[in-house]
Amino acid sequence: MNKSLVIGELREGELRNVTFESIAAAKKIGDQGEIVGVLCGAQDLSSAAKVMISYGADRVVKIEHPKLKTYTQEGYGQAISHVIEQESPDGIIMGHTSVGKDLAPKLASKWNSGLVSDAIDLEVVGDQIVFTRPIYSGKAFEKKIITEGLTFATIRPNNIPSLTKDDARTGEVTSLDVEITDLRSVMKDVMKNASEGVDLTEANVIVAGGRGVKSKEGFEPLQQLADVLGGAVGASRGACDANYCDYSLQIGQTGKVVTPDLYIACGISGAIQHLAGMSNSKIIVAINKDPEANIFNVADYGIVGDLFEIVPLLIEEVKQLKVNT
Amino acid sequence: MNIFVLMKSTFDTEEKINVRNNKIDEDGAEFIINPYDEYAIEEAIQQRDQHGGEITVVNVGSSDNEKQLRTALAMGADKAVLINTEDDVEAGDAFTTVKILEAFFEEKDVDLILAGNVAIDEATGQVGPRLAQCLDIDYVTTITELRIDGKQVTVEKDVEGDIEVIETSLPVLVTCQQGLNEPRYPSLPGIMKAKKKPLEELEIDDLNIEEEDVQPMTKTIEIFLPPERQAGKVLQGESQEQVAELVQLLQKEAKVF
Repeated sequence: MNKSLVIGELREGELRNVTFESIAAAKKIGDQGEIVGVLCGAQDLSSAAKVMISYGADRVVKIEHPKLKTYTQEGYGQAISHVIEQESPDGIIMGHTSVGKDLAPKLASKWNSGLVSDAIDLEVVGDQIVFTRPIYSGKAFEKKIITEGLTFATIRPNNIPSLTKDDARTGEVTSLDVEITDLRSVMKDVMKNASEGVDLTEANVIVAGGRGVKSKEGFEPLQQLADVLGGAVGASRGACDANYCDYSLQIGQTGKVVTPDLYIACGISGAIQHLAGMSNSKIIVAINKDPEANIFNVADYGIVGDLFEIVPLLIEEVKQLKVNT
Repeated sequence: MNIFVLMKSTFDTEEKINVRNNKIDEDGAEFIINPYDEYAIEEAIQQRDQHGGEITVVNVGSSDNEKQLRTALAMGADKAVLINTEDDVEAGDAFTTVKILEAFFEEKDVDLILAGNVAIDEATGQVGPRLAQCLDIDYVTTITELRIDGKQVTVEKDVEGDIEVIETSLPVLVTCQQGLNEPRYPSLPGIMKAKKKPLEELEIDDLNIEEEDVQPMTKTIEIFLPPERQAGKVLQGESQEQVAELVQLLQKEAKVF
């Protein structure tokens, strides 16, 4: 790769970790090549641009335009297309996030190119870039190459370690003026999810509940445990179908596929569809009343017991640990 | 309204995956309608029942997929089209599928295209947005609500748990997310009726497109299974002791905190 564009993604004004991971991905396949960060927004993006540079971007092109206040595939698509035209990169990398999933296929189609989505790793083998990605929700993996056009890739959060931040790094930040035509769709409103906090796909720790949680209220101790661990709450399909929580929390073959450092499964039996969504987590802890539950077959550590007894004890124990360290 | 649903057949979610000769072994596997496409079919039925019109379910695949298309007809779709690529495409990708669909939609009068937001097998999530780009129509992915009023379309979109309310207009392509609706099971009369509903089979030759136009832009060079997870340690003793040991192990052995 002689030149890669990394599309930066902001949430609540802050760059997401997956942007830094995307820079690291670009570095892996273009050690000598130039990495150009791209930022879109309506506000002043100078400080975000500097952060991208401190994480390894060589320079940043920013597009500040009132029509880029919120993400729309048309607005961002037009803006980034201008950058692609101007920079003629070999590769375009972004996070496999809500934005990346929405935007990357459009851009790849527009530039008549291949796209590898949801890559968890990438490497140069000979003169090819080989991507690794899960298929069948993580029941299997494939190695994939792009054979035509530019190299488009979306990177799954939490898999490629970002480079060490270096505030002494410097690089050019330029603004690109673009025309953005009228957009066909308008975002009218955002309804924020009630459970604010760490995003499931980016969380290092996930505390997940299944049917064994028994009710909406039953999720409260799980949320408390997630809070003390700095993590997020997830759920099995069973819990979502029973209306204990929102479908946006569902982990599994339908739902989200997650790979946190620590996954604590509470009252989850471990159906194959659920395992597909979480069995590539680094460490799995299972808490379940039923010693025969399938979840124990994939758990590193298991506790056979009532989650409503165990989870509060665990919260206290973790709190103690935090006090002592 | 002219409603189209893009449908893929996928492995049943119950299936274990085996790899043979660097390919996923499909022998004896049960196939189903991709679960996200079921939301698309259900939504198409509800919109048609409300606004009138006709639903065509389109599948790019092999003759085996006829079964899933019949299921879609039994749910309530009006027509099905199977674009059979068995003889023409060896290892297509999202680009291939989209090029074929683009040719299929040429000169079709389209109001609404629905698709699943992702297929649970290859999970590229590319076909919807790529197709909308090729057809030059607007698109919204991962929707959980769809309201149509004349040409006006209001959509709720799941953005990692937040809901964005987006306004656009027909024609539009949407990809469906869990929570949009509760897909119905085909009824017995539905199954009987489905047998008589039109299911048209096309090949690439029937479309205004050549085989070389649909060559994939990506190539799979290896398929492998993740290392199997071993059952770990089930902790013993009183609850308090188990929890203390767990925290110790997480800290000292697993080093997660």
